[in-house]
Amino acid sequence: MSPSIPGSFYEHTHTVFGHHKSKIFQWIFSIDHKRVSILYLFSMLAFFLVAVGLALSMRLELFSPGQDIMSPQRYNQVFTMHGVIMIFLFIVPGIPAALGNFLLPLQIGARDVSFPKLNLLSWWLYMFGAILAVASLFVGDGFADTGWTFYAPYSIKTGTNVIWALTAAFILGLASILTGINFVTTIHRLRAPGMTFFKMPLFVWGLYSTAWIQILATPIVGVSLVMVIFERVFGVGFFDPTKGGDPVLFEHMFWIYSHPAVYLMILPAFGIASEIVPTFCRKPIFGYRSIAISSAMIAGVGYLVWGHHMFTSGISDMVKLIFSLLTFFVAIPTGVKFFDWIATMYKASIDFKAPMVWTVGTFVTFIIGGLTGLILGTIGVNVYFHDTYFVVAHFHYTMLGGVAFLMFAGFHYWLPKFTGRMYSEKHAIRAFYTVFVGFNLLWFPMFLAGAFGMPRRYFDYLPEFEIYHKLSGVGSWIFAIGIVYMLVTLYRGWRYGEPAGPNPWNATTLEWQIPSPPQLENFGEIPYVDFKPYEYKNGEPVHRMDLSVKEGQGHG
Amino acid sequence: MDKKVEVAYDKEGNAHEIVDFNDDYIGAKIGFWLFLFTEVMIFGSMFLIYAFYLFQFDEAFVTSSGGLNLFLGGTNTVILLISALCMGLSLVKLRNGDVLTCKRYLWLTIVLAVVFLGIKYVEWNTEISHGIYPGSAHLASMGDGAVMFFGLYFSITGLHGLHIILGIGTMLWVLGLIRSQKITPKNFVILENTALYWDLVHLVWVFVFPLFYLIY
Ligand code: HEM
Ligand SMILES: [Cu+2]
Repeated sequence: MSPSIPGSFYEHTHTVFGHHKSKIFQWIFSIDHKRVSILYLFSMLAFFLVAVGLALSMRLELFSPGQDIMSPQRYNQVFTMHGVIMIFLFIVPGIPAALGNFLLPLQIGARDVSFPKLNLLSWWLYMFGAILAVASLFVGDGFADTGWTFYAPYSIKTGTNVIWALTAAFILGLASILTGINFVTTIHRLRAPGMTFFKMPLFVWGLYSTAWIQILATPIVGVSLVMVIFERVFGVGFFDPTKGGDPVLFEHMFWIYSHPAVYLMILPAFGIASEIVPTFCRKPIFGYRSIAISSAMIAGVGYLVWGHHMFTSGISDMVKLIFSLLTFFVAIPTGVKFFDWIATMYKASIDFKAPMVWTVGTFVTFIIGGLTGLILGTIGVNVYFHDTYFVVAHFHYTMLGGVAFLMFAGFHYWLPKFTGRMYSEKHAIRAFYTVFVGFNLLWFPMFLAGAFGMPRRYFDYLPEFEIYHKLSGVGSWIFAIGIVYMLVTLYRGWRYGEPAGPNPWNATTLEWQIPSPPQLENFGEIPYVDFKPYEYKNGEPVHRMDLSVKEGQGHG
Repeated sequence: MDKKVEVAYDKEGNAHEIVDFNDDYIGAKIGFWLFLFTEVMIFGSMFLIYAFYLFQFDEAFVTSSGGLNLFLGGTNTVILLISALCMGLSLVKLRNGDVLTCKRYLWLTIVLAVVFLGIKYVEWNTEISHGIYPGSAHLASMGDGAVMFFGLYFSITGLHGLHIILGIGTMLWVLGLIRSQKITPKNFVILENTALYWDLVHLVWVFVFPLFYLIY
């Protein structure tokens, strides 16, 4: 499945149990962070495509009013499965585990992550959780129908396989925690000599903040999920009002994790933007420190705002006010980042290659998502918009039009590093416009539908909403075609593209100073890093190094 | 373990050591502390839930607490305390090069952990035989506060018991590693981390015990 470029990690690997003849075992038992990353990448993309398929079937059901292709019960299961896969299998692990795993050691000048075996274990856990979730389709009453939020008390009462989905989510959470622990340790221990925290690339900063959220927030949702499992298996009663339990408590526990989880998704994505912008503007990034610190600030403030998901759940007015105010605060560090990127682009001669086009396109969609988030953070308006399609449109603009789009930008940016080959620029740009048009057609009408009162999680609607769903349905097809187009373009680049050389973009961070694809254990010689990550002078990188020669054979 | 140290040179020509991901002692410690942090978050949020319901059902909690066997719970606290001491001593012995005594202390820790589980089993058994277990009709008849108290009791002590079982498994694994010389008086970070873990298990119990047994 890989191009043979001599000496690269596609030929050599470390595995857990000695050497294996079988190519497959060399992959699934490999403890090289680059191989683990690619394992994650492919499994994650496979699940992404399944979830897109589920989404298309939902849009088809909603194309006209009334029941068309599935029963209401089935619709509930489909949107739950769509949500569970997209959140727990695609967007949460997506950037850290798939791109971060590959790039983090390269960017800080390390030969691997701190715990390579643990890294492989995370992937195994991830697959185990995923298989568990999928398997629940074929048992008893099928996949859970609670929505990905598993709100009690319904999740305690429904007859579907909620326990399976919960267990799967718990295991996936564990995988995510292990990745977080690995990354924090790696960043603290394995930076190349001389690389202080403020000389780290900004993608590493994004991963660092994310890893802390993974460590601090995921255990809490883990506990809540286990408690729901206890409720179902043993009838304990924590969240069951008939036994004196409090369902709102579950909502608190759930959102204490799941709101910071939103930042867990977006921070590494912002990190990608911060890599791409200086590279394609050929300028040092504006406000390096403020971008780095704002990541940490977002991670911190993000912890305190979960209550905005619960404005309609009967919490007191004072609490609502506080949460509303805090929610607005998150906009500040986010705004700082955007202004820094724009200041970097100001008066630069921007090279509009696909990664940059994706990034700029994402700024548009993310700003729409972010501003509607502010609208939703306002209590009075929220009470009206709560659980309508306005919310659905908002989170697709942020998660899909923010996180997933920047992930795609990253795919284009680092494809030459992963594979040693280049994709076709022409097709990549066309794919971007297809996705972009499809996406806006798909979700923009839903803001209107939501504002006029279309509730979410409904499989049917009143006739006056038909026009929005029709537009949206057409948008979903264009979008899906664009995604496939993009993936095919990337795949063709990988198989048949022009050789890219080590540094096709004239970028400055360490990963571009070694051959593409990298060799096992990445660096021949590890440099002393006494320079900033994005140093350009007159449009040319200040430092050019050749770190490719490996002395001796290193570790066995 | 002896390997040559790799270095990078700065502009002035000074050498700086490169940390290797293999055998990174400090890295192994940091990683484990982070893991313990997640454990603290898990038990911490359970305790928060406890506090939440204690506030709502304070009277029922106090009465229910009186139904627990203070003597057995207290014995278990002492047992865990001694076991944590044994675990610490085994680490000290290993560092001093006395592998045999180290192993003996580890076995002693395991035995104490099993005794702890045995006592826990007896306790759970009496409660269950009185019809007090989650979902039982008898418990339901005792009112919402009791349901919540015993729900928390079984969940938290159960979760803690699970940690004890995992700890026993880890100690057996450590003994295997000592036998195959993967843990030696010079290379003991795994045992050190196991000891840290056991301290956490012990520490959690130090909170569990007063919360459930002593509020009466
Ligand atoms: C092809 C692109 C996508 C389409 C057409 C799509 C469509 C939909 C639809 C129709 C719903 C149901 C809304 C409702 O009835 O409330 C939904 C829910 C949801 N989607 Fe998507 N979606 C897409 C991509 C994504 C992505 C990339 C993510 C996340 C990264 C995502 C996350 C979610 C979540 C979390 C829900 C909520 C599920 C729930 O209510 O339990 N979607 N999506
Ligand atoms: Cu939120």
